Amino acid sequence: MVGSGDFKLLRDDGKRLDGRGPMDLREISMKVGVLKQAAGSAMVQMGKNKVIAGVYGPREVFPKFLTKPDRAIIQCRYVMAPFSGLEDHGRSGPNRRSQEISKVIKHVFENAVLVHQFPKTAINISMEVLQSDGGTRVASLNAAALAMVDAGLPVKDIITAVSVGKAGGQVIVDLSKEEDNHGQSDIPMAFSLRTGELLLYQMDGLLTKDEVDQAITMGHEAAKKVREFQEAALIEKYAGNQNSADNSMQ
Amino acid sequence: MIVDEVNKAYVRDLMRTGKRADGRGMLDYRQAVIQQGYVPNAEGSAMVSLGDTKVLAGVKLDLVAPFPDRPDEAVISFNAEFSPIAHPTFEAGPPNEHSIELARVVDRGIRSAEVINLKQLGKTKTEAGKVLGIYVDLYILDQCGNLIDCAALAAMAALRNTQMPKIEGEKLVRLDFTGPLPLTRQVIACSFETIEGKVVLDASYGEEVASDGRFTVSVTDDGKICASQKSGAAGFTKEQVLEFTDIAFEKGIALLEKI
Repeated sequence: MVGSGDFKLLRDDGKRLDGRGPMDLREISMKVGVLKQAAGSAMVQMGKNKVIAGVYGPREVFPKFLTKPDRAIIQCRYVMAPFSGLEDHGRSGPNRRSQEISKVIKHVFENAVLVHQFPKTAINISMEVLQSDGGTRVASLNAAALAMVDAGLPVKDIITAVSVGKAGGQVIVDLSKEEDNHGQSDIPMAFSLRTGELLLYQMDGLLTKDEVDQAITMGHEAAKKVREFQEAALIEKYAGNQNSADNSMQ
Repeated sequence: MIVDEVNKAYVRDLMRTGKRADGRGMLDYRQAVIQQGYVPNAEGSAMVSLGDTKVLAGVKLDLVAPFPDRPDEAVISFNAEFSPIAHPTFEAGPPNEHSIELARVVDRGIRSAEVINLKQLGKTKTEAGKVLGIYVDLYILDQCGNLIDCAALAAMAALRNTQMPKIEGEKLVRLDFTGPLPLTRQVIACSFETIEGKVVLDASYGEEVASDGRFTVSVTDDGKICASQKSGAAGFTKEQVLEFTDIAFEKGIALLEKI
């Protein structure tokens, strides 16, 4: 969302409202294998965002007519809990925004998952935003990417998402809610870092071509940092000394 | 659909040799025909065809309660109807992910660019605190490829065609116009489809079915990028995104000049 010019997004010392510099990410924590029933799962926190993703599959397609003879279909559901935001109690369930986000995230996994290995099946991804603070689809995608690996599904790459934008006149990464609502641009993006390709990209606001260039470059750098957290979360479960029965959602 | 799959192979084979089925250049738009004022009952309207794709945009104005978090702003809302008339696979029912995406992408470009200055318009409030509500409905009538660009063009043409009715108390006096809806700039969306590693602008339906992915860039007529959307599975590089932006400024703005 593009904002009014009135809201000040830079402090007097030139830093962002929460003291960050343009390339600084908010605090991140990620944990893999937090749910018992789901084939794969992950909990991701980025800033105040708390998202949990679960993957089921490959399993039977529902409704049946969607079955593809040569591959698995990806079904994706992103929703925000009615208590997730600072505003009044929202309505439960998906709305138009959720449906669009579900669609664009689905496309990421249509690329990343080796779907041709599982004909006539469905792979279901569910992302629940438990608390929101700007950048929920990015946190959700990072969680879903981990859940996919946790489920043991073969993927070309662990996909990493980051938000980039412009606020207070400068291009920045990992927008907070204020920066998203009142800034000049918001660009959620996701990379397959192995190839550098963009698998998710949405933009709103007003930017020059040079600013877009800068934003994607900065996003790529920031994504590399986020990726370290994803890898650490997987290593902690699969290669670390963690008690494998510990699936607390701390 | 089976016939779609057969066509897919044909389109892809042709694309490998750098050719399109209708003989167009890779970055050529089909012919655009724009008829403003197509629905005189609406405050604004435009019937647009891009090749054989047809979208009718209608604008209706009303007096509405503003959003609680933006009490001094007029309201604009976009909706898309994928009429079953438009394609054998379109079913009646609530909006699906494609129609929601289309409406939101067209919305994003026009809203980000502040084509309509909602704050300025919001200054006209009724006694009861109501503000102007602008409803843009995008009726897809013939799906022959590239609905987004056609719908964005139709929305822009319809908004340019929109007249403001007189406000009396808490009501609008329809057909009693005070002047055109004030607009600050124009916006157009340009969609690129990638097929067999090549990229085409303004895909026909057959090309859309054969496509591996789409990238839409919305630009303003004063040189800014105001929205983008990547859709479909294919990945894109930064270089491609920047190239699409250049082409959008050239070809998209040319399309706007048809209004």
